[in-house]
Amino acid sequence: MSGGVATYLGGRLLGAIPMLFLMSLVVFAIVYLIPGDPVDAMLGQDAERSAREALRHELGLDQPLWRQYVSWLARVAQGDLGRSIRAQQPVRDLIVEKLPATLLLTTSAAGIALLIAFPAGIVAAVKRNTVVDLLAMVGALLGVSIPSFWSGIMLILIFALTLGWLPAIGYASLTTDPLAALRYLILPALTLGSVMAGSVTRQVRAQMLQELGRDYVRTARSKGLRERRVVVRHALRNSLIPAVTVLGVQFSVLLGGAVITEQIFAWPGVGQLAVNAIVNRDYPVLQGVILTVALLVTLVNLAVDALYVVLDPRLRLS
Amino acid sequence: MSSSTPASGSPERRHRTLGRLARSRLALIGLGIVGLTALVGLVAPLFVTADPVAMDFGALLKGPSRAHLLGTDQFGRDVLARLVWGARLSVSIGAVAVALALVVGVPIGAISGYAGGAIDNVLMRCMDALLAFPALLLALGLVAIMGPGSTSTTLAIGIVYTPGVARLTRGVVLAERPQEYVQAAHALGQRDGWVLARHIMPNCVSALLVQASVNLANAMVIEAGLSFLGIGTPPPTPSWGLMLNEARAFMTSARHVAIAPGVAISLAVLGWNLLGDGLRDALDPRLTD
Repeated sequence: MSGGVATYLGGRLLGAIPMLFLMSLVVFAIVYLIPGDPVDAMLGQDAERSAREALRHELGLDQPLWRQYVSWLARVAQGDLGRSIRAQQPVRDLIVEKLPATLLLTTSAAGIALLIAFPAGIVAAVKRNTVVDLLAMVGALLGVSIPSFWSGIMLILIFALTLGWLPAIGYASLTTDPLAALRYLILPALTLGSVMAGSVTRQVRAQMLQELGRDYVRTARSKGLRERRVVVRHALRNSLIPAVTVLGVQFSVLLGGAVITEQIFAWPGVGQLAVNAIVNRDYPVLQGVILTVALLVTLVNLAVDALYVVLDPRLRLS
Repeated sequence: MSSSTPASGSPERRHRTLGRLARSRLALIGLGIVGLTALVGLVAPLFVTADPVAMDFGALLKGPSRAHLLGTDQFGRDVLARLVWGARLSVSIGAVAVALALVVGVPIGAISGYAGGAIDNVLMRCMDALLAFPALLLALGLVAIMGPGSTSTTLAIGIVYTPGVARLTRGVVLAERPQEYVQAAHALGQRDGWVLARHIMPNCVSALLVQASVNLANAMVIEAGLSFLGIGTPPPTPSWGLMLNEARAFMTSARHVAIAPGVAISLAVLGWNLLGDGLRDALDPRLTD
C-alpha cells in the first residue's frame, strides 16, 4: 500500500459526493412528485381545515420547495428519515429492524452464486467446447433467463410442498434459532443467487478464456509447469481482478432482486417494507428504503474500487 | 476498432455479420423464440378465440382439456388465452421501453462523449446517480409516482435503462473521436453534428444492438416482476407476472396455473438472451478471422 492508493481512493470518495447529492435529489423527487397530499394521507380527507394547516406547517409543506429539500437533506444527513405514516414509527427504526434480514439473504445468495460460478466458469473455460462446457453454459443461460419469481415458486413447489424437505416460507432469526434460520434461508438464497450464479459463471469463463490465450500462459506451459498450476496460479489470478468489479454491480442487482424474493418467501426485509409502503401509500418509508439501498450500493462500489486497487498493483503506479 | 475497419453499416461488413449470425445455432434458436413470441403477441386475437378475461365459474382451476388446452385459472378463465394476450403485453411494453431508452439515452451519450468537459461531467454524473439505484427498486419508485398501469410501467422501465444506453454510447463515441477518419472529416470542414451523426454514430450500432437485445430480456423480467408484486399491470389484464402472482395461492391444487406463465416468460427471456449472445459474437470485431 502506498500513497498512490490513498490518493486514488480519496479522489473516488470526493467523486462520490456530487453523486450522493444527485441521488438525494432523485429520492426527494420520488416522494415530492407522488400525486396526493401527504396531509390527506395522515389525517384523512375530512379533517378540519385548521388541523390540516397546522400539520402542513409542522411538516414544513408550506415552505418553498428548495427549503423543503434543504431541510429534508439536513435531517437525512443526521440519520432522520422521517416518520412512517402507517406504523407511526421513525422510518430509520423500521429500516434498522428489517435490514439484517435483507443483508443475510443477499450475502447468502452471493455466497451460493460465487461457490457455483467460479468452479463452473473455470472448468468450462479449461474444457472449452466439450460437453462439460456446453452443460455449464446452458445452465448459466437458464440461470440468467429464469426470473426469480418463477424459480422461487418452483423451488417451493418441489422442495417444500412435494418433498417436504424445507419450509415453504418464513424466517427465523440467526441468533435465536440458527438451525431453523438456515432451513428457512436455503430456498430464498438459492432463488436470489441463481441469476447471479448464471451471469458470474459466464463472466468467469470469458475472462479465463482470455487469460488462457495470453503469452504468459504459453510461457508457463512451455517451461513445463503442470496444467493445474498454470490454470490456478497464473490464469485464475489474473481473471480474478475483472471478476471483482462485477461484484459491485451484482450487489445492486441482488438488492433489487431481494424485493421480489422477499415477497415470494414472506422474508421480513427492506424489500417487503418497500412493497408494503407502496401498497399503503406510506411514502416516507419508500423514500427511506430507496435512499438506504442506494447508499449501500454506492458504499459497496467504493469498497470494490478499493479492493481493485489492492488486487492490481498496476493501478497503484498510475 | 481501427479506422481501416469498415463501419458496421457498410454492406460488406453487414454481409459478413449476417453470415456469422446465421452460422450460430444458438443465435438462430434465440431468433426463433423471439420471433415466435412477437408473432404470438401480434396475431394473438386471430387464433385464440377464447376471451382472456371471460370468467366461467363452472370450470374453476381445471386441468388441460380439449376446450381449454392449458386449463383454466381460479376464475375459470382460459390460461392459453391469457398466456397469448400476456405475450402481447410483455413484448410491447418491453419493446417500447427499450426504444424509449435508446431515443433518450443515445443523444445524451453521444453529446456527452463528443462535447467532453463540463457537459460530459454533468450528464454522466446524472446518469451515474440513476445507475446507483437497483433497476427494480427505481422502477418501483417511478411507478409509485406515476400510478400503476401499462403506460407508467413502460415509462419507468424506459427511464431505468436510459443511463446504461447513454454510458455505452458515450464509451464508443469517446473511442472513435480521436480516430484519423474523424480528424479527416473535421479537416474537410464538416460540422460537428454531421461528423457525429454520419461518421461516428454508425460505429455505435453493433454495441447498441447487443445491449438492446439484453435490455429487452431484462425489461420483460422487470415488467413481469412489477406485475408479480401487484404494482404493474392491474388485474384483470392478462400479464405473465400477474398470472404467476395469482397462481401462488393454488400451487398445490392446480400446478398448471403456476407452470404455464413461468415457462412462457423464461422462454421469452431466454430467446432475447440467446439473440443478444449471438449478436455479440457476430458483431464483435475482435472475433473476426
